[in-house]
Amino acid sequence: MNPHDHRLGDPQSLHPPGVEERVAPSSSTVPLIELVDVSSAYGSTTALEDLSLKIWPGQFMAIVGPNGGGKTTLLRSILNMVPITQGEILMHGEKLRRVSLERIGYVPQLETIDWNFPITVEEVIAMGFYNNNRWFRGPGAEEKQKLKEVMARLNLSGLGNRHIRELSGGQQQAVFLGRALLGNPKLILLDEPTAGLDIRSRDDVIHFLHEINHSGVAIVITAHDLNWVAAHLAWAVCLNRRLIAEGRPHQVFNAAVLKETYRGEMVVFHHDGMVMIGERPHAPHI
Amino acid sequence: MPLLAPFEYEFFRNGFIAAVLVGALCGFIGVYVVLRRMSYIGHGLSHAIFGGAVLSYVVNINFFFGAGLWSLLAAFLIHRISHRRWVGADAAIGVVTTSSFALGVAIVSTYRSFTRNIEAALFGNILGITSRDLWIVASISIVVFVALIVMRRQLLFLTFDPEVASAYGIATGRTDLFFVILLAITVLASTQILGVTLVAAAMVIPPVIGRYLTKRFQTLLFVSPLIGIFCSAVGMYLSFYLDISSAATIVLTAAALFIILESTMLLRRGPSKTSWID
Repeated sequence: MNPHDHRLGDPQSLHPPGVEERVAPSSSTVPLIELVDVSSAYGSTTALEDLSLKIWPGQFMAIVGPNGGGKTTLLRSILNMVPITQGEILMHGEKLRRVSLERIGYVPQLETIDWNFPITVEEVIAMGFYNNNRWFRGPGAEEKQKLKEVMARLNLSGLGNRHIRELSGGQQQAVFLGRALLGNPKLILLDEPTAGLDIRSRDDVIHFLHEINHSGVAIVITAHDLNWVAAHLAWAVCLNRRLIAEGRPHQVFNAAVLKETYRGEMVVFHHDGMVMIGERPHAPHI
Repeated sequence: MPLLAPFEYEFFRNGFIAAVLVGALCGFIGVYVVLRRMSYIGHGLSHAIFGGAVLSYVVNINFFFGAGLWSLLAAFLIHRISHRRWVGADAAIGVVTTSSFALGVAIVSTYRSFTRNIEAALFGNILGITSRDLWIVASISIVVFVALIVMRRQLLFLTFDPEVASAYGIATGRTDLFFVILLAITVLASTQILGVTLVAAAMVIPPVIGRYLTKRFQTLLFVSPLIGIFCSAVGMYLSFYLDISSAATIVLTAAALFIILESTMLLRRGPSKTSWID
């Protein structure tokens, strides 16, 4: 199957085989991750409020919302990187524990990376082995083989000794995706994986993500580009500190939901089965 | 042979071995110090140790024991204060280390009888290293080297991507604290040789030079201690033949190496060409 076929505009084709949305997952009746009435705050500032959300095995979803709307906090809550003030987070129906985190990969925003750090592609990906506080044992032959396989899967073969700055934006994202993949994750969380990337690199990223998702790994990304989400993903969650709506993009990306999410007017077009979102201009065209 | 002539003197032999050990150790731990942008902490900890060194002298206990305990306390305080959200690491270092240094200065001004020892603490006394001191420095070097080698993967993750390291199961708080303790021990071992004022240079300049030579972290971990060893060895010879303070010649050798590399870069008009080894 040509992985680029999904760009023809058929949202159904975006789903990994065997996963029929969150409503009726065929392979599991227990969510992979479930947030139950979760609230989180930074000091006196509320970041998430009574959020309940289910992430199913093999699901591919985007979290959209304004800056400061809690998208990154949601990912970090799942990773236990920020404390929750209320509610609970379950994995396979049981309270999320530190050991469970090993099955969750995380790809941070590339903007947070120090691109002058003296480190090569292979050195970054190999960090995926450093979990478990393994002090004495380095990667064995089997793990080195896995490293090679992951690099080949992400089209990074032969680039292992390159400095991370010497890669294209799409390849840089692939490096951090590779690090997440080494831990055999059930779920990968990506914080704005397409931020700052050109069209070609964004194309590479969605290709890799779909390829990984097709192998059964659930993927949750945060994104700002609603049109990109509508074109490529089958499930979107609109968040502004609390859950505004979730569902298929062509269903939830409507003027009412987007107004409530972003606190601003947006224009929504429907064309040939696709949904497109535009900004309403402030001044008339001259 | 003139090259081996200085080794006829025991003070030079002891000083040379101690300088090479400390050069390698500072070069190694300095990689993490520089990449974590903690260069100021080496400078700060050495100043904090000054307070401990003076106190040790006043209450008549061993320098390594007294100043060691003092530096661990300073390291712990820096670690605790810098984890407050509203206080940065640089400010925490500033508060703890200058207070400790000020305490040392206050005691010195009260007891005016140990000017010579204070001078040694400030500017180093490499040629006064005894065999016993050498054993202590060697033991500290081995312990810190082994600990850093065991921790190198976790430290790399924590240095490169501190936000994400905890999500990958690395105990970031514990690893951070352990690193600061190792740093305090390194500064302690180095202070008697290089002096309070020059320890930071031995920790910062070799990894910075190494960064000009390689883009690989693992190579940098190997190259930086070698540069530290080279600068210590050359600096000791210069000190012997030119009759200049050895701590100063060691640091000046490193500075000269840095200037040569930077000048070469400028002449090549290629500051982006930053990896000569790889």
